[in-house]
Amino acid sequence: MTTTSLTKSRGAGRAGDKVFSGATLAAGCLILAVLFGVALFLVVQAFPALVASPDKIQGGQGFFAYIWPIVVGTLIAAVIALAIATPVAIGVALFISHFAPRGLASGLGYVIDLLAAIPSVVYGAWGAAFLAKEISPLYNWLADNMGWVPLFQGPASATGKTILTAGIVLAVMVLPIITSLTREIFLQTPKLHEEAALALGATRWEMIRMAVLPFGRAGIVSAVMLGLGRALGETMAVALVLSSGALTASLIQSGNQTIAAEIALNFPEASGLKVSTLIAAGLVLFVITLGVNMIARWIITRHKEFSGAN
Amino acid sequence: MKASRIGRNSAIAVIAAGALALTACGSDNATNTAQSAAPSSSVKVTGTLTGIGSSAQGAAMDVWKTNFASANQGANVQYSPDGSGAGRKAILDGSAQFAGSDAYLSDAELASSKDKCGADGALNIPVYVSPIAVAFNLPDVKELKLDAPTVAKIFRGQVAKWNDPAIAALNPDAKLPDLKVTPVNRSDDSGTTSNFTDYLAAAAPEVWTDKAAGIWPASLKGENAKGTSGVVKTVTDTPGAVTYADDSAVSGKLGIAQIKVGGSFTKISADAAAKAVDAGKPVDGRNASDLSIKLDRKTTVEGAYPIVLVSFHVVCTTYPTQATADLVKAFESYVVSDAGQKAAADAAKSAPLSKTLQDKALKSIESIKVKA
Repeated sequence: MTTTSLTKSRGAGRAGDKVFSGATLAAGCLILAVLFGVALFLVVQAFPALVASPDKIQGGQGFFAYIWPIVVGTLIAAVIALAIATPVAIGVALFISHFAPRGLASGLGYVIDLLAAIPSVVYGAWGAAFLAKEISPLYNWLADNMGWVPLFQGPASATGKTILTAGIVLAVMVLPIITSLTREIFLQTPKLHEEAALALGATRWEMIRMAVLPFGRAGIVSAVMLGLGRALGETMAVALVLSSGALTASLIQSGNQTIAAEIALNFPEASGLKVSTLIAAGLVLFVITLGVNMIARWIITRHKEFSGAN
Repeated sequence: MKASRIGRNSAIAVIAAGALALTACGSDNATNTAQSAAPSSSVKVTGTLTGIGSSAQGAAMDVWKTNFASANQGANVQYSPDGSGAGRKAILDGSAQFAGSDAYLSDAELASSKDKCGADGALNIPVYVSPIAVAFNLPDVKELKLDAPTVAKIFRGQVAKWNDPAIAALNPDAKLPDLKVTPVNRSDDSGTTSNFTDYLAAAAPEVWTDKAAGIWPASLKGENAKGTSGVVKTVTDTPGAVTYADDSAVSGKLGIAQIKVGGSFTKISADAAAKAVDAGKPVDGRNASDLSIKLDRKTTVEGAYPIVLVSFHVVCTTYPTQATADLVKAFESYVVSDAGQKAAADAAKSAPLSKTLQDKALKSIESIKVKA
């Protein structure tokens, strides 16, 4: 009511409003159009591979046999990355928002954001040339002492370029995304909630558990999902770090492959049906990412009552 | 390392361009015909030539196009290293005037090239020969002698330790360590892999049961890395590792195996590679000026090194305009000339074509005509 009367009172504002609402509408439609265009391109280009006779596809056993090991590989790498990055990121975010002295907090936040600015090829080169070599004694130790766990079954890779190394590199890459988002959310916790908790005799940790974390739950989930998106789609770092191969349960042997790396490694020399196969792999990744985002949305709406928006 | 290589390449390109300019000035000297083929061609060539194809030729192509453009005012060559398959597709559908390809056109492709290239179809001209080294990282061993079945076993993961009897029998004098063998292959689709597996499949069929392919067989367990620099770096960092890579990219820290050919062992070299190419046979059913070569991987020619990559330029026998035909002829003549081969050898460490092959190539380039 009041807003309409305000815009009516100023003639120039009306034109401005129209232009602005038109522009936002156009931007919204453009996003949908781009998304639709990408999906259409993927489906059209992938179609030949989906209907081709199985023996024509790489591996000779059809598209499904080709794609499922690398789908699983992609998920393994992403799960490792999130398993490492999420607790660290939440810890760092809590430290910045609730524990660190103000000067240190802003400096630390800045450094974390800087991590996100490093190109992925640099992470890849670091992982392949440094981390893999340095971490391989640990893999040998794991194979010797914990080899009975299928995940650490030996013999360990001599080069250290395993899916676990790739997962660690991915963890470093998604860390800044999760950290900066969760930090912002923790900072939005209502001061009254925190003070109430402390007034009731809660320790700092109890206050965080009772006031900060429940309030930020939806935000944490969406931050993790954004990180997952990056981990699923990361190409160059995995292509450089991972010594790819057939699907293996052991994380310390060479083997496994992710969709994005598979595409990057084989696309330059591909032609004909091979291109379609790789684009179909891209389509599968697109669908997985879409699915992950929809699940994230669903989780967020379930916990709407805690969202910072209301 | 990459940066320094680019720096070196451009330095060489500048020097080579200077040298070419000098030969161009002295081109009335009759003994220089091959070297100055491009600059002294009777017609002045202008225009832009578009090529698509093999990335293996990339480094050589860079110096070729730079030198060619600086020797011929107004002429210009563009090359996008999108891969051999893309290159062959482009020349067949007419979107490129020449293609770089690690394999010559198949019979089916040759038949369909008649659409755009005239009744005689396309020509395959070998322009780039690169020997592939079997390089290993053993602390105290710099020289090893290997035969095809042993190499195949090593890369199939059938040899566990370096002091395995199979290796020891070939190297009675070497002090072989009790070290795990870690074969490292290319993780990306590559012409190097395709030529290496072609060699293994031909020379050791009882061990290497997979077909030759640009993608390493998925059933084999082993380490891999992206690109030539990736495998070389991985092997350099890992004692006991072994890989195959362009000879030019293998660092001094690694040992390079001699390969058994006939009764003796051949050390890798440009000459040995050229010899193996000369030992190859022309492909049946092609027209006289076509130079498709079926390499004989099982050759027993003394001193030949059969693990080589031969990359071709695929050109049309006829072009729609005289200007294009002249431009293609001038450029290809330069590429196969002494100067062109030397520039590629300096920049990409390829093995120059032998004199016989050069002459054949020049002759088939001469046969390129304008469409009647």
